[in-house]
Amino acid sequence: MATRKPPAKPNTSKEELLTFYREMLLIRRFEEKAGQLYGMGLIGGFCHLYIGQEAVVVGLEAAAEEGDKRVTSYRDHGHMLACGMDPKGVMAELTGREGGYSKGKGGSMHMFSKERHFYGGHGIVGAQVPIGAGLAFSDKYKDNGRVTFTYFGDGAANQGQVAETYNMAQLWSLPVIFVIENNQYAMGTSVKRSTMSPDFWERGASYGIAGEAVDGMDVLAVKAAGEKAVAHCRAGKGPYILEIMTYRYRGHSMSDPAKYRSREEVQKIREERDAIEHVRELILQGKHATEDELKEIDKEIKAVVNEAAEFAKESPEPALDELYTDIYAETAPQNA
Amino acid sequence: MATEILMPALSPTMEEGTLAKWLVKEGDTVSAGDILAEIETDKATMEFEAVDEGVLGKILIEAGTEGVKVNTPIAVLVEEGEDADAAVKAAQEAAPAADADGKAASGGGSAPSAPAEPKRARPVAEPEIPEGTKMKSTTVREALRDAMAEEMRRDDDVFLMGEEVAEYQGAYKISQGLLDEFGAKRVIDTPITEHGFAGLGVGAAFGGLRPIVEFMTFNFAMQAVDQIINSAAKTLYMSGGQMGCPIVFRGPNGAAARVAAQHSQDYAAWYAHIPGLKVVQPYSAADAKGLLKTAIRDPNPVIFLENEILYGRSFEVPVLDDFTIPFGKARIWREGKDVTLVSFGIGMAHTLQAADALAKEGIEAEVIDLRTLRPLDTATVIESVKKTNRCVTVEEGFPVCSIGNHISAVLMQEAFDWLDAPVINCTGKDVPMPYAANLEKLALVTAKEVVEAARAVTYR
Ligand SMILES: Cc1ncc(C[n+]2csc(CCOP(=O)(O)OP(=O)(O)O)c2C)c(N)n1
Ligand SMILES: [Mg+2]
Repeated sequence: MATRKPPAKPNTSKEELLTFYREMLLIRRFEEKAGQLYGMGLIGGFCHLYIGQEAVVVGLEAAAEEGDKRVTSYRDHGHMLACGMDPKGVMAELTGREGGYSKGKGGSMHMFSKERHFYGGHGIVGAQVPIGAGLAFSDKYKDNGRVTFTYFGDGAANQGQVAETYNMAQLWSLPVIFVIENNQYAMGTSVKRSTMSPDFWERGASYGIAGEAVDGMDVLAVKAAGEKAVAHCRAGKGPYILEIMTYRYRGHSMSDPAKYRSREEVQKIREERDAIEHVRELILQGKHATEDELKEIDKEIKAVVNEAAEFAKESPEPALDELYTDIYAETAPQNA
Repeated sequence: MATEILMPALSPTMEEGTLAKWLVKEGDTVSAGDILAEIETDKATMEFEAVDEGVLGKILIEAGTEGVKVNTPIAVLVEEGEDADAAVKAAQEAAPAADADGKAASGGGSAPSAPAEPKRARPVAEPEIPEGTKMKSTTVREALRDAMAEEMRRDDDVFLMGEEVAEYQGAYKISQGLLDEFGAKRVIDTPITEHGFAGLGVGAAFGGLRPIVEFMTFNFAMQAVDQIINSAAKTLYMSGGQMGCPIVFRGPNGAAARVAAQHSQDYAAWYAHIPGLKVVQPYSAADAKGLLKTAIRDPNPVIFLENEILYGRSFEVPVLDDFTIPFGKARIWREGKDVTLVSFGIGMAHTLQAADALAKEGIEAEVIDLRTLRPLDTATVIESVKKTNRCVTVEEGFPVCSIGNHISAVLMQEAFDWLDAPVINCTGKDVPMPYAANLEKLALVTAKEVVEAARAVTYR
């Protein structure tokens, strides 16, 4: 990743910066807590943390309007928090309890919220990409002006169904934003070991899809790019690709010994490129808040996360008869 | 205030681990993110980071200690200037509080694991192993790796391809060391493109090579299922016998622990349905090794279904230069006269445990491990049922169109006159795998269910 350009006169406001700070910090602290609960055995199975990538979802959600849709992979906790889902319900799903978004039946990788137009949490790499185009298809069909943010990783970008989807999305001018969260690794495989045309956003060109690469450690840059993409989609010009350059600080999942990259590599990005630090600096430089005021925000966020963790521990396990519910719908689904 | 640092769970299947090395010493100041220790889990050595800041007051578990249970306090973190010993004592006295958490953890989050191995974890008849052969305790993981390594030494056309098989040494560490020995030409990391590399493997087999294609898990082989069935399984037939497809598709199958609906399916019955495929699902390490070697040499496409929970289990494996096990031969693990229990793969763990429990009640079960599902050794099952007159089948997969259903049909057609009770199929429940610990336990087949079924067919 290139070094960040110094923010000359960022096009933002005090309120916006503080909101970004809060939202990104919430994701980070939430994920740290999830990691802790995993270590204690309260969360099981696969748990993929979003630490390092916070600016991607926070920036893009700032470009979304009420009613817009989103769908992503198993690395989904950040997306859910950013689109306004309740940290308590997300954490309780991680612990597999009744109070979770899927009543404890889905877990970390499979969560949904119809209310927040969050269409999952998908465990199969790449599967969410045609699904995202399908959501956009339904919006175009209904002519409701909505767009769908379809998130996927650099590894997922190589799945065949991504290419198939690009073709259909452009063919039918679907209002879908393909967001490639390029964190440079798919599990232990770096982009350069798996991919011959490493500028993922350029792959849209062969289908005539517009796109660009974005600095994903700069939440303001992400938001600006998101606004451009949204405008493109809402104007009926079809899909748009955003390749967002980001980095995951933790292992792929909790059980990744992470021998494929050096600690120095991780440390360097944490120190020089961290998205939360960036906003913090902008806030302090602009004198939008004092160190003490920021500490106060940190405290509030910690309290929210602790409350979520308490809820997730206290919420009972699902009733045993839930095993056999939700396999078939009794009445036609009322999908928005 | 002092905080206890607990032995962390670092993988879905970890219950205990080795505290390999401390990277900090007593008196060191640590902050969140610092690496405290190296911990060996059931599959890898992991670095363990601090989540809180403070001074490392006391190390409670020495480096090198094996078998440290998850959630055991391993060290105590104190605040700057705090008296370490007093703080440690206080923390230990306050332990009930920590304990409540620990209990919730084991109640709510513990991994469902296959029952412990029964004492005599060796089949009664091992026709493939000559009398007097030396045996060596080996994990299923090592046995699979050894099988691939031996076959790759034997035949230059054998190569291994899949996600993370080379540099990462396998997502589940099955291919550990293979890249070093055989190089990047023969141990190949692929992009995440299952349909693509499965099809490419089929083409390579048509072209005269002997591919081993690893799916990180068989759940992801659904992305590739068209190439497996339409291309690999049917081409010999469609070409009038001209062109076969010698390829092995292998990887973990079925539920691991708490990985939920999209990562927990057992595909045994799916693949066993397809003419043109051979389907293998071993239980023991010896079978894993002998059958994988046979699979690699077989001139047909072979689906080789492994199990993540079994990877770390040790079994006796014969020390032989070239140990293979033929397809289509079941193995009798235990002889008995009252009821025949038929299973395969991880179902065997539940079945052997059930047989132990039944013996205590005076019911003598004969336990048969099918080992290969296609070809299926129905003769051994029929032979046994002629003796016991009762049969229970055990598998982890869904109940509808299961392997058990098929065996029941075979017994009805070929051993009807010998049956004294309807065959019972013990299976996973007819639901997608739930994530919640309590529901997951219910969804899986258990030894208890097998015991109850055996009582039912013996009318006890
Ligand atoms: C079809 C399929 N193949 C393999 C896997 C196993 N797997 C899970 S995540 C992952 C890496 C994905 O990397 P990327 O798309 O870059 O996303 P990131 O994890 O970096 O967010 C792999 C191989 C899977 N879940 N689904
Ligand atoms: Mg990635």
